[in-house]
Amino acid sequence: MRLTAEEKKMLRGDRGRAVQEALELQLEVGKFFGAKQFVPVSNVHMMGDIEVMGDSGKSFLERAAKLGAKCARPTTTNARCVDFAYVDQLQQNPDEVRKEKELIASLRQMDVITADTCINYQTLYQPHLGEHVAWGDTGTVIYANSVFGARSNFEAGPAALAAGITGRVPAYGFHLDVHRRGSFRVNLKADLNDLADWGAVGKIVGSAHQDYYAVPVFSGQTFGAKRRRPSADELKHLGAALASYGSMAMFHMVGVTPEATTLKAAFGGKKSQDTITITNRDIERVYAGYDTQKNPLNLVVFSGPQQSLFEMKLLADLLRGRKVKAGSQLFVTTSNGVKSAARELGYLQAIEQSGATVLEGVCFYILQNLPQMRVREGWSNLVTNSAKLANIIGAHKFNTILRRTADCIEIACTGKDVQ
Amino acid sequence: MKAVAKAVRAIRPIRVKRAFGAVVEGEALVSTEGFSPRYDLDRWSGLISRPGHALEGHNIKGKILITPSAKGGIAAGWAFYDIQHKGIAPKAFVFGVTNPVMVQGAVFAGITITEGWSRSPYDHIRTGDLVRVDPKNKTLTLVRRKKSA
Repeated sequence: MRLTAEEKKMLRGDRGRAVQEALELQLEVGKFFGAKQFVPVSNVHMMGDIEVMGDSGKSFLERAAKLGAKCARPTTTNARCVDFAYVDQLQQNPDEVRKEKELIASLRQMDVITADTCINYQTLYQPHLGEHVAWGDTGTVIYANSVFGARSNFEAGPAALAAGITGRVPAYGFHLDVHRRGSFRVNLKADLNDLADWGAVGKIVGSAHQDYYAVPVFSGQTFGAKRRRPSADELKHLGAALASYGSMAMFHMVGVTPEATTLKAAFGGKKSQDTITITNRDIERVYAGYDTQKNPLNLVVFSGPQQSLFEMKLLADLLRGRKVKAGSQLFVTTSNGVKSAARELGYLQAIEQSGATVLEGVCFYILQNLPQMRVREGWSNLVTNSAKLANIIGAHKFNTILRRTADCIEIACTGKDVQ
Repeated sequence: MKAVAKAVRAIRPIRVKRAFGAVVEGEALVSTEGFSPRYDLDRWSGLISRPGHALEGHNIKGKILITPSAKGGIAAGWAFYDIQHKGIAPKAFVFGVTNPVMVQGAVFAGITITEGWSRSPYDHIRTGDLVRVDPKNKTLTLVRRKKSA
């Protein structure tokens, strides 16, 4: 890789041991992918909590903080595994909770902004077209590349922290024009009236093309008499599902996303390898593909990604005056900022008065002690409107069921499936 | 026996496209299914624990894991460092296609990793065979067939 004079100094250790080690890690990754140089980044988003990193990761962070590591760029954190106000209710392990607090202290010592949200692109920072960033959480990366036209690869926790410390990343993957061109076409002919419908599209497309470098080009959505433009929350659910099922980092939507003013522009001279058409019938088939296995429907979760203020309002409107069925549980996760705003607006009260639990700064998927919680509470099925959550939480041995938002609320209040 | 050794020598090394890490030799663990340290692995024992995974019940500790693709998201980035420190990491990951998270995670943990192959390893290498991964020369070589029981 070609290094600037400053990067050579960093590598020699002139900027301290922490910077040197961070750049060494990035250099090896860059060499692996054939990067020719580094590119400066303006914003960093990293995943780092005790559930994902374990004791060894925590020790690494403590050592980095002791070495004087400081973030050279604004660096925010992703959702974590503990909401400290709910530790007792969820019976989380006090030892792990203490470690989570220590870990947050180490991050703050390094000037990391512990905002604990996976919807930074809705609530914290909106990069512009062509801006290079280093974001972790796949859902944030696909949103940055696709909707903003910013440039990021998937940056795992240690790699994102390294980017925060050095202020740059190796230029490979989605930092380069060549990888941003569309590779296949998706013709959207479905109505897509619910957030879960958009997640279902992500499931269909992602499952069919599991490849980091596959870039689907959606067309059809903004045309025709009944067509409308997707909202930010709908694009969020689409992107999160594409990234989860397909390991994808970018999509285009003709007439919607900035690098797809036309179909031709989206493909940038490349030929489409495939065309998929998605109709209402395909979406219904996704919902029909889930099976309750004759177990109770006693857990409904809105999480992964965290809820925006608009989603909180929607949940409040659906839940106002209703009660979660006795013996059932309804969880909602959001960011600290959104929860505060929802409280001011009365949405939070409407949700909580139904008996739901609203957690902040966390993702349900990585909650500390979740496997133990599942056994203790007798949970088998997990009902959600997030296709992403329906995919990933199988790792904790849940049987997942994707349903539309209003149907999820119905299930939470009655225990009965609506399909 | 001599004929087998000759046949093994006759198999040319498979070229890998990209590689990082030290030269390692170890027992192959061959999966027809993709791998995620978050979705598929018990991160305390090293056992592939997800019900229905092609390698369910196998342990990755000290093995050379050959798998067609990477699954999972960003959370996997810390997991390799975690299993390395718990002493249950494999010696190498040999991916058909991977994503940056796996590479960043393996480099961070100091575990050998490769991506891409010149021809399918599934025709030549089976679980239990002794194989060598040479990142500098970008090769995956069958050293010795598993002794038949």
